[in-house]
Order: sequence, then structure tokens, then C-alpha cells
Amino acid sequence: MSKSHLESVAADEPSSSEELIDLHGEYEASNVQEVLDKLDHELVGLQPVKTRIREIAALLLVDRARRSFELTSQTPTLHMSFTGNPGTGKTSVALRIAEILHCLDYVREGHLVSVTRDDLVGQYIGHTAPKTKEIIKKAMGGVLFIDEAYYLYRPENERDYGQEAIEILLQIMENNRDDLVVILAGYKERMDTFFQSNPGFRSRIAHHIDFPDYCASELLDIGKLLLGQQNYQLSKAGESAFNEYIELRMKLPQFANGRSIRNALDRARLRQANRLFKTSRSKKFVKQDLMTLEADDFYASRVFAEGKPDQGQVASI
Amino acid sequence: MRITQGTFSFLPELTDEQIRKQVKYCLDNDYAVSIEHTDDPHPRNTYWEMWGLPMFDLKDPAGVLMEINECRKAHPENYIRVGAFDSERGTESMRISFIVNRPAQEPGFYLERTEGDGRAIRYTTHSYTKMK
Repeated sequence: MSKSHLESVAADEPSSSEELIDLHGEYEASNVQEVLDKLDHELVGLQPVKTRIREIAALLLVDRARRSFELTSQTPTLHMSFTGNPGTGKTSVALRIAEILHCLDYVREGHLVSVTRDDLVGQYIGHTAPKTKEIIKKAMGGVLFIDEAYYLYRPENERDYGQEAIEILLQIMENNRDDLVVILAGYKERMDTFFQSNPGFRSRIAHHIDFPDYCASELLDIGKLLLGQQNYQLSKAGESAFNEYIELRMKLPQFANGRSIRNALDRARLRQANRLFKTSRSKKFVKQDLMTLEADDFYASRVFAEGKPDQGQVASI
Repeated sequence: MRITQGTFSFLPELTDEQIRKQVKYCLDNDYAVSIEHTDDPHPRNTYWEMWGLPMFDLKDPAGVLMEINECRKAHPENYIRVGAFDSERGTESMRISFIVNRPAQEPGFYLERTEGDGRAIRYTTHSYTKMK
């Protein structure tokens, strides 16, 4: 090829790429808007998380547009780590992520395989590798969500098989980047120590997302959302009682954000059912009565009486 | 002698992309996909060795491809086939089975003639690979 010819090719290049690209059109065609909206509606708060997910979606969209111009770049790695206190919505967000990545053609199937240490680590020598691979194969084309990932690594026992699972995971995360996305989840401090002792993991994970705790008003919103899904509602007094309950409960130990709220509501439903049942001889109910949680349903909680979190069962209804 | 058997016996070798699509079809139909290998391609040899367990609940063929490649690495000179078992009631048998790997040299079969009563001759085939 002569030099002049090369130059003419180079000169042609920009004009051929003047073709316009409708990024917004692509965005709408990918249905990702729908999923992101759903994320906004169904998950209360979590602003930093939502922002990061939007950024990832934008990156993938732009990447796709670039590929249509044959601007090759390496497929971005999307392995993530979710850190946050119990009940801050890590699993729910992981489910949405799988959906979003599927919309953007980053993963082929978009299913979520949620596992813990037990599913990956075997009982005896030679058991771990096939077990881990089994799970990985299952998760291919989707998202592998490893809950409480720090349990994989047990420094106190150097013959622990967890290390083997970690090595296989690292290898897969590097070599099969197109096939699956790995999300590690766990509590902040313990994940930090986990990453410190496994630097390979830290560097292979591009997105470290921290889930903040919910504030009281967000928890109230979550509660209402949960009740709405189950066709319940709060009376006016009930709402302020629930609010008080949340404020008190947040200060007590073993507070698990969204999960505590769900449990509190389950117990309130129990009390409501009992209250209705007790008065059923003397009274007939309308639909509204069956749907409404009253203040008493919350005030009966031990959080108010003794300043202790409710145990699993409601001892004194 | 190029040995053929199974579903796509009349076609040239499937590429990995084609294998992926066939496996995808199997997975979409809820078949359990298995990988088997052998050094004895005799047509009556139905019992090939299993490469791991059949894969029951995969969603994506990438996992199967990974296993195929691992099996190829471990047994480059063996025949490897992929089978798909349909557990649907009334079928409960292999739906699809095709070869995904074969040795570079395929020596074929030795035909043994045994003379019987009168002029009768009985024929037996042996895989050359098993005669060494």
C-alpha cells in the first residue's frame, strides 16, 4: 500500500463516522428505563446505589453504541461488591442488576443464582472444586450472588477448603468475564478484612457499592410499601405509632433495617388478627377493618413495654 | 477412517459456535446435557465414560462449553460426545447425541473372519485403538 493511499484512507475515516447515533433511542429500545424506574419506585432511599447503577447502565449503553462504530474496547468488568448492614436491600438490588444487565445484553439470560459458603465449599478434600464449578456453571449467563462472602475465607484454619473455592472464583472472574457477573455481598467491616487478605478479589472487582442505613422516614416508607403489597394499610393513629416504634427500634441492638420492619409488620398483623378475633362476638367487620392496622397493634410490642426487641414469637399479645 | 455417529453424523464437524447453539436448544427444552468420552469408537460400545455429572439446571451453554473444553484438554486423543437426556414422561431417553472431538488419527476397525462349519464365515470388528 502506497503512502498516499494510506493518507487518503485516514482522511476518509472521519467523514464515514459522521453518522449520527441516537443514544436516547437506544436507551428507550433497551427497556432499561422500565427497570430503572421500577428500581426507583420499589426501593426506597439508597441514593448512592441507584446513582451507581445508572452510571453502569450508561456505561454499557455507550459501550454498545461504540461497538456499533467498531470502536473496540475491552468489555468492562462488572463484578461488584455490595457492602452494608443487614436488611439494607443488597439482595433485592442484585436481582435488579441481573435484570438491567440482561436488558443491556451484557449477560445472556439474566437470572440470579444466590449462594452462600455452604453451596461453594465442600466437606472433604476434592469436594470443593466440583461443587464450586457446578454453581458457576449454573450461574453462567447470569449473575452469581455470593451472600456473606467473607465466610469463604477462614484465616484461623489454614486447611480450610474455602481458599480453594476462592481460587476457582478468581480464575473464572478473570477468564469468563463475558459469561457471568459475580457479586459479593456482606457487612462492611468484615468484607474489608476479607478483601485485605484476598487482594486478588479487590482488584478484580470494579464496583464497590456501599449500602447506607435507612433513616426513620425511609423505613416508614418501606413499611407502607410492604403493607401496600399485602393489601394492608395503617390508620392515622397506627401510622404515628409505627413511626414511634421505628424510632425506638432503631436504637436497640440487632436492628436489621428493612428486615426488622418486615418482621415488625408481620407481628403487627398477628396482633391485628387477634384483636379482631377477640371482638368478633360482639361486632361485625367491614373490609376496611380487615385491612387496617391500628395503633394498639404496635403499642403491644415489647419495644414499648420493656425497651427490648421482640423475640421471634409474640409472647404477650 | 472418519467415524460418524449420532444426530449430526452426516454433517462436517460442528464448530464451537454451532455446538453452543445446539446445547442452547437442549437447555431450552430442559434436557440434561452430559459429556462422555471414550477411546473405543466401536458402534456397539454404548458405554462411554462420563465426564463429570450430567448438567441438569444450567441456563446458558457457556458452562457446557467450558466442560467440553476441559474434557478436550484432558483427553485430546479421545472421542468426546455431548448427549441430551429428555426426562419427559414417555420419552425418558437420549434425544440428541453428537461427537464434538475426535483423535487426529482415526485408525478404524480390524475385520476378523472366523471360519465356521462348511463355508460359513463369522465376522467381528475390533477397534484398532483397543488392539494395541
